Amino acid sequence: MPINPTIIKRANGAILPIGIICVLGFIWAVLVASRGVDPVIKPHAYMYIFAFALAIFALVYGIMQNKFVYNPYEYDDGVIKAGVIATIFWGIAGMTVGVLIAFQLAYPQIMDATGLSWLNFGRLRPLHTSGVIFGFGGNALIATSFYTVQRTCRTRLAGGMWPWFVFWGWQLVLVIAGTGYLMGITHGQEYAEPEWYVDIWITIVWVAYLAVFMMTLAKRKEKHIYVSNWFYLSFIVTIAMLHIVNNVALPVDWLGAKSYSLAAGVQNAMTQWWYGHNAVGFFLTTGFLGMMYYFIPKRAERPVYSYRLSIVHFWTVIFIYIWAGPHHLHYTALPQWTQTLGMVFSVMLWMPSWGGMINGLMTLSGAWDKLRTDPVLRLLAVSVAFYGMATFEGPLMAVRYVNALSHYTDWTIGHVHAGALGWNGMVTFGALYCMVPWLWKKKDLYSLRMVEWHFWLSTIGIIFYITAMWVSGIMQGLMWRAYTDLGFLEYSFIETVKAMHPYYVIRAIGGTLYLLGMFVMAYNAWQTIKGRGDAYSLTEDAPAARKPAVDAIPELALGE
Amino acid sequence: MSDHKKVDEHSGTETTHHEWDGIQELDTPMPRWWINIMYLTIIWSIGYVILMPAIPLLNGYTKGVLNFSDRDRVAVAVEKMHADRSARSQELANSSISQIINDDGLYEFAVQQGKTLFGDNCETCHGAGGQGVVGYPNLNDQVWIWGGSFDDIKYTITYGIRAEHDETRFGTMAAYGRDEILEPEQIDDLVQHVLNISGQQSDASAAARGAALFAENCAACHGVEGKGTRENGAPDLTDTDWLYGGTPEVIHETIFNGRNGVMPNWNERLSADQIMALSVYVHNELGGGE
Repeated sequence: MPINPTIIKRANGAILPIGIICVLGFIWAVLVASRGVDPVIKPHAYMYIFAFALAIFALVYGIMQNKFVYNPYEYDDGVIKAGVIATIFWGIAGMTVGVLIAFQLAYPQIMDATGLSWLNFGRLRPLHTSGVIFGFGGNALIATSFYTVQRTCRTRLAGGMWPWFVFWGWQLVLVIAGTGYLMGITHGQEYAEPEWYVDIWITIVWVAYLAVFMMTLAKRKEKHIYVSNWFYLSFIVTIAMLHIVNNVALPVDWLGAKSYSLAAGVQNAMTQWWYGHNAVGFFLTTGFLGMMYYFIPKRAERPVYSYRLSIVHFWTVIFIYIWAGPHHLHYTALPQWTQTLGMVFSVMLWMPSWGGMINGLMTLSGAWDKLRTDPVLRLLAVSVAFYGMATFEGPLMAVRYVNALSHYTDWTIGHVHAGALGWNGMVTFGALYCMVPWLWKKKDLYSLRMVEWHFWLSTIGIIFYITAMWVSGIMQGLMWRAYTDLGFLEYSFIETVKAMHPYYVIRAIGGTLYLLGMFVMAYNAWQTIKGRGDAYSLTEDAPAARKPAVDAIPELALGE
Repeated sequence: MSDHKKVDEHSGTETTHHEWDGIQELDTPMPRWWINIMYLTIIWSIGYVILMPAIPLLNGYTKGVLNFSDRDRVAVAVEKMHADRSARSQELANSSISQIINDDGLYEFAVQQGKTLFGDNCETCHGAGGQGVVGYPNLNDQVWIWGGSFDDIKYTITYGIRAEHDETRFGTMAAYGRDEILEPEQIDDLVQHVLNISGQQSDASAAARGAALFAENCAACHGVEGKGTRENGAPDLTDTDWLYGGTPEVIHETIFNGRNGVMPNWNERLSADQIMALSVYVHNELGGGE
């Protein structure tokens, strides 16, 4: 078959719809900037104007300069490279804010917020959570899913310019949401704090993401869909559904920031925690399992332990997870029957979650010796261990009688961070350390010793963090429920707060160590990209430089 | 993708014959223990659902074999608590302080309840243990602006200070500067006088001028010697104890803008026996009661 491997394709199809979206957004933003009904939305209007104007300019410039062309014989790696850098950037930003507020809790007097209301814990806290979950985690998921789906489908990303729209659209989401929290704009729902005009933009970006992913799967050159892609797809589809349902709201004014949720009272709380719990389930669990299922076998160079296990635990996880949300509302206005259902589904979720841990760890059998020499593989392996720990702790805490002690205490914070720092963080570090040399076509990382440092900094940081929060949380819960023999409460609230101070200090130190590890990784990645140390450029066609199947482009096979 | 049979050398297990970007999958059966524990959790869940309120119906929900309800249980427990306490509470409300002190059981009942009430209602302003914060008096020491006897403390808790109640304790520290009652230089002189009588370093001539101003403007409440009067809630200015601070800057601020801190009246929030318990706790346990 005569095929010209340097053929150039034009990505014209995507430009018109993206252009229309940007122009409509621009018009709305100009209206808000000129006639907005409240002062806080105006800065956002200017940000939207700036972003859309820049996008429109880039589109026009790109068309005039003939920039929107690509070689269909190469994977679309540019957007993934951008995603890797964005992941590190948002990781450092989000975790820095985390360390800041950890010290703020330990020493409230160091950041007297009088006159600087945006330094309030209440405003910085969502900045931290969104920064790490949606900034660090979101970019990591978008980048690794684009990487994995191309390699395991042997085809280039679908949609021409659309993957770039997803990338830049997501960064805009993060900037608008984050600055909104600082200005005091919030919808008041945890992990869904952005107001309606950000939610609509998230929806547009997310649907584009879903379309790119689905269309890439649709044109795959492999007969079967690899397990990673099932997990990624379940994550993208479910997050779209959760986001839309939880954020159905009516704006007070179409040119103002404030909106009210459609559901009220306990129904709103239930919708919110159906969303909130499944943000953990589908964003932080199934999405990252997709990452795990590609990078562990790839790095260990071992086959996945059990295909059957992967099928059964995939379907059980996604079926059971979606019902477990009510365990966030034990002993509240939520009816007890709803709490019962939330609890039993959480308990049944234990083994399905552990299926992923078994498959992750057992895939290493035959490669255990590599854990000694390869800190990247060790990061991946330890992440799975933390995953196993957190997915046991979760069902345990969802049992009402345990929850009676743990609810509203720091134990919850410790649990979340065992998952977030241990599982999501470390699996992402492992994936990034794999992808950076692969994407930039380098022989290896700049320094494996620095990865070693990163590994120990994060591991020790996590241990400081979660042990401090276990002790502090359980102590807090026990103090709250302590009664004197005459039936009066033994401790006042402020006494419990005072008792937690030393653990808050230890937590802040743990977080600082973890953040230090992030800086080590950023430096290592930067030096690798620059080609220093072991990271010299590959000349031959190494596995990292693999290309999509030549027969992946049917129209070319016809002799274009 | 290769379709011929392949066996992994290390494990001796067959692969699924697929390969994606070099990744293969083994056809290992699911671990038995894994499936068994999953079945156990499902069986346990079914059992729990049968026993407890669980399934929504058109009108209501299944109550479960145990017919258990946390809300009913809490209501019963709260009622039982009130019933158990009612005799003691009544006794407390109708006793005098000396009767309470002489009855160990009643005293313990008052103090334990008082500590809880103090934690829930008072610590926000007066600090944990009542050690005080700027503007909110320390309740551990011997200094009492409105009186530290049991009856004084009980009165203050009941009706508050500058609160929304006709019986509330009331006194005003005027804003001598802001309301232009005195000239700025006069305020400076007054500050020097207050520094002088409180035993701090001061400008002698300014303090002398301030003494005359003090007699004219301040002595009515704070007394000729500045020792304060409790009926007006005017603090002693000659000791080292300061509600807002004793530095020249803070004293200036106090005279210039006045001070009128508020303590709410608790008679509408707490019952008579609770106020009694709280008064006993503040008077006898925090250490400063007279």
